[in-house]
Amino acid sequence: MNAKTVPGQDAVKAKGWLVAHKWLLLRRASQFAILALFLAGPLAGVWIVKGNLTSSLTLGVLPLSDPFVLLQSLLAGHVAAGTALLGAAIVLGVYLLVGGRVYCSFVCPVNVITDGARWLAKRLGLPKGWQPPREARLWFLGSVMVTALITGTMAWEMLNPVTMLHRGLVYGMGYVWTVALAVFLFDLVVSRRGWCGHLCPMGAFYGLVGRASVLRVSARQRRACNDCMDCFAVCPEPHVITPALRGADTAPGKNMGPVILSGDCTNCGRCIDVCAKDVFAFDLRFNNRAPEKGAQDDHEISSTRHAA
Amino acid sequence: MSGHSSSPSSAVSRRRFLANIARAAGGAGALGLVVGLFARQAQSLPAQVLRPPGALAEGDFLAACVRCGLCVRDCPYPTLSLADIGTDVPVGTPYFIARRVPCEMCDDVPCVKACPTGALDPALTNIDDARMGLAVLVDEETCLNMQGLRCDVCQRVCPLINEAITLEPQHNVRTGAHAIFIPTVHSDKCTGCGKCERACVLDKAAIRVFPRHLAKGRIGEHYRLGWVEKENKGESLIQGIVDLPDRMPDNVTIVPRGPKP
Repeated sequence: MNAKTVPGQDAVKAKGWLVAHKWLLLRRASQFAILALFLAGPLAGVWIVKGNLTSSLTLGVLPLSDPFVLLQSLLAGHVAAGTALLGAAIVLGVYLLVGGRVYCSFVCPVNVITDGARWLAKRLGLPKGWQPPREARLWFLGSVMVTALITGTMAWEMLNPVTMLHRGLVYGMGYVWTVALAVFLFDLVVSRRGWCGHLCPMGAFYGLVGRASVLRVSARQRRACNDCMDCFAVCPEPHVITPALRGADTAPGKNMGPVILSGDCTNCGRCIDVCAKDVFAFDLRFNNRAPEKGAQDDHEISSTRHAA
Repeated sequence: MSGHSSSPSSAVSRRRFLANIARAAGGAGALGLVVGLFARQAQSLPAQVLRPPGALAEGDFLAACVRCGLCVRDCPYPTLSLADIGTDVPVGTPYFIARRVPCEMCDDVPCVKACPTGALDPALTNIDDARMGLAVLVDEETCLNMQGLRCDVCQRVCPLINEAITLEPQHNVRTGAHAIFIPTVHSDKCTGCGKCERACVLDKAAIRVFPRHLAKGRIGEHYRLGWVEKENKGESLIQGIVDLPDRMPDNVTIVPRGPKP
């Protein structure tokens, strides 16, 4: 494995290891902190959070519920009681602010497994394998909801590895480890980033939420980009980068702003980490008129780049 | 200028686009079918599996319960657990097995209060109104009371003693001199808490709690019990019954039981 296949080395050189892994470390910290909050009760008797990710009660007052699960419940024919609806509204509100798929990158326990599978696959030099279209998850999301409607039950929740894994972690693993292993093997051998990046209907749901969410990653210093491609190499959804990073290069009039607007973006911030030129930063979706002072400036850059 | 050259390729890309959509839709449809079939299969509960108090009817429960386990957490006893995968109980849903740990019937019904979705019906505020199942004396051949012994344990542990379970005395034909006290469950009172099943002293319980739909019979709608109707009306429904002559074999003589009319 030569140096070029390990993305982020330039960033480590430029910014130091810690800064070049800031968001990755924060993300892992968030994943484990959330899990620790749920586990503190059953393991240590410190009841800060009760329940699991589908529905929980924090400090006895704050209800949180998963809107994806409650939508299935609604379609299956049950209008949930107020507590769950309030909890889902709060969760939805938060993700509308911080980015829908922040659930995937900062909360979901499956992410650790699939990231692990990807790390190992790269390490072993395994092929990417089956790459179904990214929209497959939207179709899958649709079929999950239709199935709930037809069967009158939350059918997907009998199989959903995301909710199953978290429930297993909090309430006792039992045979749930088999599901976790299945996802790991699927991502390792069958389809790289297959679960989170192509199939997971829960991710698709939060992706739809993310289409309207306020906090986004912006390629606001995109004129500094030196085409090292490290961001593409680390991004779990690399197609989201192109319009924002290269948007200035598209035909005049179709000039795209620097903000990554695609709901597929998980706001994981890894692109911010690995960029030696600090092209990326978190920003608000409304700031889509870059600090480059607008389209004209963009156009200038793109023409200079073409000339070069 | 590029119009002519691009139209064949755009036709090809359109075809590919449509093919991709068809593939994704087909795949999603197939997955949906598998998920749906799986869910259907996982819907019938084993007879010994009981839902927490206030649980909606099973079909509605599976549409309402998000499997968060808050009821499990707020149950002060080790009664409730969430189903593991690979069992016959829909994964993640709360249940209890009476013979292991029955429901202790807390006055404040904390499990129902904990439920965020209403899968455990918040209308249940008096635990005596819970209908988790129905106790049934399934094995009269081994029940000690049915042998004429005075075990009585099921009746004595019943939180609704002498209401949900009564002991009904009956002549003991074997000894000719004693009574058999039959443990009798009354479905209008039994909450299905399972304390009787838990307490049954036999190696395998003779009294068990089943989901109500398994435990309860139903009389035909057209049925009329004469004595009930008579009591309701205050007199026989049909007056002046014609007494037809009895037809019997020649060598039999009828000895009338009552006084002659």
